[in-house]
Amino acid sequence: MPYPMQLGFQDATSPIMEELTYFHDHTLMIVFLISSLVLYVIILMLTTKLTHTSTMDAQEVETIWTILPAVILVLIALPSLRILYMMDEIYNPYLTVKAMGHQWYWSYEYTDYEDLTFDSYMVPTQDLSPGQFPLLEVDNRLVLPMELPIRMLISSEDVLHAWTVPSLGLKADAIPGRLNQATLTSTRPGVYYGQCSEICGSNHSFMPIVLEMTTLKYFEKWSSMMQS
Amino acid sequence: AGGRRTSFPPPAQRPSTPPFDPRFPNQNQTRNCYQNFLDFHRCTKTMRKKGKDTSPCDYYRKVFQALCPLSWVQRWNEQIQEGTFPGKI
Repeated sequence: MPYPMQLGFQDATSPIMEELTYFHDHTLMIVFLISSLVLYVIILMLTTKLTHTSTMDAQEVETIWTILPAVILVLIALPSLRILYMMDEIYNPYLTVKAMGHQWYWSYEYTDYEDLTFDSYMVPTQDLSPGQFPLLEVDNRLVLPMELPIRMLISSEDVLHAWTVPSLGLKADAIPGRLNQATLTSTRPGVYYGQCSEICGSNHSFMPIVLEMTTLKYFEKWSSMMQS
Repeated sequence: AGGRRTSFPPPAQRPSTPPFDPRFPNQNQTRNCYQNFLDFHRCTKTMRKKGKDTSPCDYYRKVFQALCPLSWVQRWNEQIQEGTFPGKI
């Protein structure tokens, strides 16, 4: 859940998001180092009285400022690729859940059990209870068990949408006629919010995603309640 | 933490979801769904032709039911009934 004027990421709830947060910090440190160096050099050049406009054949400095940026780029690319492939990994999912995008709501299908499907519409602002968040609450939350790998399959019934939960490090396009797979794992219980992240029409901003991660016991209670 | 997970009592209706399929290792799982739908119908057709029990085909049905969106399955079933399904069954 983000808070007003937040600058960084939301708290990580999945191992993938933790990795992404570390990677973000790592890359930002490199950016800061380069920016400070460039700023320092600019100030130095603007304030000095010395000028030297006829440097030629400076092989040493040419070599350094070619090799060093290449090394820095590799130091960014390798951890990035590592996380990219970690996100693609799916090992023995416990459950498969399908999220289908519609104009303008999400619907969820649990078909490992009996056919359990429901639509998830945003709660209009005038219907909110005290303590609920405007434009983020839905009438039917997606309830899932925590600490278990879950296979999310994301698709769309009409136009492009994108199913996103920032604190879990999840974002996948919902494309009509295509099934996209993502692994969802949460390390703790809680309610996590997300929004459609692909412009999909006039109510694009009003189709939030609410994920309720709970213990397996309560999840089973919920799913048997939803089926009856 | 691994021990804690197994200490849960077995639920009445344990979900069993299709495992990882090395034929479809990518993010795009469209083919995984479609191939299992085809396999199910090919399997039942062959079994019926041989006059055998079709219960071995239930695995494919479970997989495509878990992976395919309900609207896709519904559309394909309608196409099969109308004889307009493009796949080879």
